[in-house]
Amino acid sequence: MISASAVTKRYPQGIEALKDLSFEIGDGELVFITGHSGAGKSTLFHLLAAIEKPTSGSIVVDGQNLAALRRGAIPYLRRKLGLIFQDQKLLFDRSVLDNVLLPLSIAGLPPREAMRRAHAALDKVGLLDRERAWPIALSGGEQQRLAIARAVVNRPSLLLADEPTANLDRESAGQILDLFRSFHQVGVTLVIITHDPQWMTRGARMLRLARGRLVDA
Amino acid sequence: MGAFFSGHLAAARSAARRLAASPLNTLLSLVVIGAALALPAAGWLTLDNVQRFAGKVSGAQQISLFLTPGGGEKEAAEIETRLAGLSPGKWRFVAREEALKRLRETEGMADVAAGLTRNPLPDAFIVEPGDVRPEALENLAEIFRSWPAVAHVQLDSAWSRRLDVFLRLARLAVGIFAGLFAGMLVAVTFNTIRLQILARAAEIEVSRLFGATDAFIRRPFLYFGALQGALGGLFALSLIAGAGWSLAGPAGELLLLYGTDFVPRGPSPAQAGALVGVGAALGWLGARISVSIHPRGFA
Repeated sequence: MISASAVTKRYPQGIEALKDLSFEIGDGELVFITGHSGAGKSTLFHLLAAIEKPTSGSIVVDGQNLAALRRGAIPYLRRKLGLIFQDQKLLFDRSVLDNVLLPLSIAGLPPREAMRRAHAALDKVGLLDRERAWPIALSGGEQQRLAIARAVVNRPSLLLADEPTANLDRESAGQILDLFRSFHQVGVTLVIITHDPQWMTRGARMLRLARGRLVDA
Repeated sequence: MGAFFSGHLAAARSAARRLAASPLNTLLSLVVIGAALALPAAGWLTLDNVQRFAGKVSGAQQISLFLTPGGGEKEAAEIETRLAGLSPGKWRFVAREEALKRLRETEGMADVAAGLTRNPLPDAFIVEPGDVRPEALENLAEIFRSWPAVAHVQLDSAWSRRLDVFLRLARLAVGIFAGLFAGMLVAVTFNTIRLQILARAAEIEVSRLFGATDAFIRRPFLYFGALQGALGGLFALSLIAGAGWSLAGPAGELLLLYGTDFVPRGPSPAQAGALVGVGAALGWLGARISVSIHPRGFA
């Protein structure tokens, strides 16, 4: 599913965020990428989501080398990914339902099918009864679950999450991880970036980053 | 194909919703766009009516063929045949009896006509050429002069030339103003879309992260620009209609003083459609320029 080979990311100011990183993630794996603040976790998330390109090396996701991907091909790759951001990136001027419908309208699904899938995704994360609510009216845990519903509504085979339990209380974080486990059980590949390895679950693999290097795989 | 159309339909609906969501802003934009379209359009219409009116009142765009006095139906029929062969435009035959009757009915000429012992007026043809350029009119008059049984050809070429130069000058001025106003319309739409893009930066960024293409991002803005321009065109038509309605009374009185049955023409359905279409096209252009420049920075 993911193959990274000698990946280096250097920013124009000379900061080297990732150095010579190589790893493989197979189909259906659950992988936690951990490390302290500044270890390069979020940079790696940006590279995997094709938000940024590596300075050197290659990252192959779902058979496509992201380092060589044309700008026009990026949207079509992103439709195959489920992305969950640390700041959630919810649209606060749209209802809960409309937030979940967004990726489906981008993918061009017929309205009836889109509505069916959006309801199923909201049901999965326990927000079906809040579909008319505005995101601002949701708790932190509910907002994160909404972000997850939006990420999975297109039925991606790879789910990438950047610090999905940050700023959540223990109970809400537990609910989020239960959701991830349920997706893993049905064969979705999960890459979860977290600074807190206490959420590591059984059967999961950990990649630990320190100062831009892989120190434990 | 279904997804393609449903995508366009959704973008058009989104554009209509955003127009309706801020009625005051929309109204102000429509006033500016409507005025920018109405002024040159009204200029074109006025010139069109001036040309028609001048032709009707002065006869500048008519050529009169006076037949040889004493000629009969045979000569008139021959000229009719030649006119049919040449097809210069529209024409009508004015018999000498009809000409005398008109003379009698003309104010101040009744006494003169009553004093005539016989009808001195010849039979005549009045030709309204299709091509009214001065050089075309003069060429046509020259051809008519060469025909047998034509005693005199009357064309006021000096007046025709003056009118033609005036109309060309006025059309050029209207064209320049139309260009300036078109630029203004594009600029207004450009700025409206620029502000919308800034206001919707978060939505654009999130859409890109979830796989939106450039076309998907641009589409609602392009529909917005085109829709706003088309509505501006309709507003311009209503301004022209309103101006026409308010000027109809005084203009009618003025025309009566000239003793003419001339009726000024408003925009035809095709011209009205063209005005709305031009508004939509210019609105689309403004939006297209704006979306080409602004959303690149996101994600």
